[in-house]
Amino acid sequence: MLESLRSQRLLALFCAGLALLNFPLLALWDRDSSMLGLPLFPIALFVLWAGLIAVLALILEGRED
Amino acid sequence: MLGAPWVVGVAFAYLLLLFAVASFGDRRARQGRSVIGTPWIYALSMAVYCSAWTYFGSVGRAASGGVWFLPIYLGPMLAMILAWMLLRKMIRIAREHRITSIADFIASRYGKSQALAGLVTLITVVGIVPYIALQLKGIAVAYALMTNAPGAPVTDATPWWADSTFYVALALAGFTIVFGARHLDSAERHEGMVAAIAFESMVKLLAFLAVGAFAVWGLFDGLGDLFARARAVPELARLLTLGQGTGFAYEQWFALTMLSGLSVLCLPRQFQVMVVENVDERHLKRAAWVFPLYLLLINLFVLPIALAGLLHFGAGANAEGFVLTLPLAAGREGLALLAFVGGLSAATGMVIVEAIAVSTMVCNDLVMPLLLRTRRFRAAAGRDHTAFLLGIRRAAIVCILLLGYLYFRLAGEAYALVGIGLISFAAVAQFAPAMLGGMYWKGGTREGALAGLLAGFAIWIYTLMLPSIAKSGWWSTGFVEHGPFGIALLKPEALLGMARLDYLTHSLFWSLLANIGLYVAVSLWRAPSAGETSQALLFVDVFHRNAAAGPAFWRGRARVADLLPLLGRFLGTARAEALFDEHARQRGVPHRDALQPDARLVRFVERQLAGAIGSASARVMVASVVEEEPLDLDDVMRILDEASQIRAYSHRLEQVTEELKRANEQLKSLDRLKDDFMSSVTHELRTPLTSIRALAELMRDDEQMPAAQRQEFLDIVVAETERLSRLVNQVLDMAKIESGHAEWHNTDVDLRKLLTQAVQTTTEMMRERGATVDLHMPETLPLLRADADRLIQVLLNLLSNAAKFVPRGSGHIDVRLESDSTGVTIAVQDNGPGVPAGQRELIFERFRQGGDALNRPQGTGLGLPISRQIVEHFGGSMWLRDDTAQGACFCFSLPWPASGAGTNSGDKT
Repeated sequence: MLESLRSQRLLALFCAGLALLNFPLLALWDRDSSMLGLPLFPIALFVLWAGLIAVLALILEGRED
Repeated sequence: MLGAPWVVGVAFAYLLLLFAVASFGDRRARQGRSVIGTPWIYALSMAVYCSAWTYFGSVGRAASGGVWFLPIYLGPMLAMILAWMLLRKMIRIAREHRITSIADFIASRYGKSQALAGLVTLITVVGIVPYIALQLKGIAVAYALMTNAPGAPVTDATPWWADSTFYVALALAGFTIVFGARHLDSAERHEGMVAAIAFESMVKLLAFLAVGAFAVWGLFDGLGDLFARARAVPELARLLTLGQGTGFAYEQWFALTMLSGLSVLCLPRQFQVMVVENVDERHLKRAAWVFPLYLLLINLFVLPIALAGLLHFGAGANAEGFVLTLPLAAGREGLALLAFVGGLSAATGMVIVEAIAVSTMVCNDLVMPLLLRTRRFRAAAGRDHTAFLLGIRRAAIVCILLLGYLYFRLAGEAYALVGIGLISFAAVAQFAPAMLGGMYWKGGTREGALAGLLAGFAIWIYTLMLPSIAKSGWWSTGFVEHGPFGIALLKPEALLGMARLDYLTHSLFWSLLANIGLYVAVSLWRAPSAGETSQALLFVDVFHRNAAAGPAFWRGRARVADLLPLLGRFLGTARAEALFDEHARQRGVPHRDALQPDARLVRFVERQLAGAIGSASARVMVASVVEEEPLDLDDVMRILDEASQIRAYSHRLEQVTEELKRANEQLKSLDRLKDDFMSSVTHELRTPLTSIRALAELMRDDEQMPAAQRQEFLDIVVAETERLSRLVNQVLDMAKIESGHAEWHNTDVDLRKLLTQAVQTTTEMMRERGATVDLHMPETLPLLRADADRLIQVLLNLLSNAAKFVPRGSGHIDVRLESDSTGVTIAVQDNGPGVPAGQRELIFERFRQGGDALNRPQGTGLGLPISRQIVEHFGGSMWLRDDTAQGACFCFSLPWPASGAGTNSGDKT
């Protein structure tokens, strides 16, 4: 299952996602401030999410296996 | 508000459009030009995950809890990261074993157990009915919001026969039957349905984005304005934070993420679109990130719509309807209709796929096993059951939708959409331990899976289902608040006094703990049986061996005349015969009648049958027509060993074949070389022979020939004869060296002495040609282990070659000996015409002489090849230096022996 580099990268990304999207790292964004006029916390959630998708796409669509 | 005919008309038109898309997909599939064969359609079909729950419920959840609608989508995001490993394995296993539902998947893994298949199906039906009710409720509420005056109650107390939702349920059942159970497919694939689902996914996404954009930029002045106004209201400002001032319930956040992550793999409809309907497992590569992207996009405007609704209508409004009421309140009826169609597509998509998936399970894993036990069914052995099977599926679809409607009528009002959905999620999450465990752990047993599932399901019922029924007002809530019989430790939402967790996390914790705990503990109670082990090996190592060509775990006697009709009964006779013919072709047999009824044929029939009636029922049916010998664990291991040995043998065979092929090529090229050599040798022999014969004939015929001329001719004859013997000697020499039969007399050679000797030997020849020889050598040199006579032969060859080519009278030859740590290099440089660039390598070939044919000196054309062979015999090499300005420079190097490399000769003995 974990023979290929791609599988190892995916597993690492999964662990990173699990850590980023849960307590306590998630709580770091939970403060009363805003970015570009938008509340920080929801923005942070969506940006983290989009980042995970981008890296996932990069790993999966890459040539390497 | 809009007139009811308008709304009904649009909904009807939309369903017709869906129908058109689906039949287009089916038609293209029949023509072999599939429209669903792209990863994009595959990803869109996965988005059936977003049901009416997402479309309406998320906004409701956001309006009360802020970002708490998100974990339901972050879970699938995380699960999709692992899709390339997990899901691909599921797809591969399902394809190898023709698995068509999650019940079949689990049952097949644990020795094709009918009990397990039935239990999984039962849990699915009980767990999924509320979820279908939720979709019906979504449609009903949406319809009411569209047609009633603002503020009117969304549902009224109409009897069921006048309730439009009842007819919606029937219409959906009809639609599902048309696309999911029109004919029997042994792979359970429905291309038209997938095309329709992908289309629905596009519609719901675009509709939701349109409403979101309208709420943000139509009703407010952009996102900044919306959020600024929301922050000004304290109740709304708290929605923008995580804990909403009460502390962050991180365990609930984690539980929701995990729950949805497991559900996206275990929900019957997800299994259907992701595993069963998958066209090509490589599509996963793109779909695994496009699907999360879809989830992100459809969630982008949830919070803004919720805030806009709350700002617009005030805090008490029905937030689940904001998607419709916001455009309606602003007078945008067209947009409201679009939003309604979006909600309709979300609900119908989910219902169609779920109903198809569950009906397959009910038919294969609940009804079939019961039927197979009845005597009447067995008595009707010769009959064609295909129509009967279809009938069961259709009835199952109608029943599931009517059950959903019943639940909606009985309990639909009590719960918000999100609450109902989570109950269903928690039910299907119980499949995860048996399914995922079975894919990676070979030790799981049937009893373990049964015990785990039963325990998890029982705790789910006690801690989640019963309280929700009680809270719906159908039961006294006394046992929830005080525990059954007043025993506080057994309170369903605080088992053993665990009151800190919310009800969902609490239920999930206890049910999964019992599930996993019993699965592992009971599995470890005994070693897996032969049947379990064989399936475990095929599942866990699916990427290493495939079921079609892998080991066949079966032993017994069978007859083609029994197997063919059996398949015909469930797939139709024509289809069964076609399948047998195809199998015969694959086995290299001309006709199906010539097939050997061996283990592979039996397994083939069982796999085909499994696609139609499930693996457990297929096992029973096949066992009923063949004589089987039971396998024990040793047999399974032995069959496995044989299979892997055969694989190893065939691998070795391939290697040997490859080696033989290479050797053959080499022999062929050597043979060609030999032919060339022979023709060259005969040519070289013929030339002197011809001149000897011609001169001899002249002398014989001309008796008056002057004595001087006769003497001259005789001299030529003698010279030509010498050339002939030299040539023959060299050819023999060459042959000896090449065949390895040459004799080598190795001694410790002093190269300085050798070189001096060689130069002295050629003194007479050099004087004759007026050439001078200069010898450059280091003062001392270690001894070299070699054959002195052979080396002299090489040196003389090089020196005489040089002497032949230097200009007569002004020739100059430099002989240089250099040594370094690796060996010695001897170079013979002359001031002759040199060798043209094109011939530098050719002159080392046999019978290729330097110079042009007219004025080249006498030679056999074998000197240089023999020299090179000799040098190479001693591990050295010979070459022609190509950087000399004038003349030719032949070099050869000889290495020091490996042990004494670079050192003095002291260690030589």
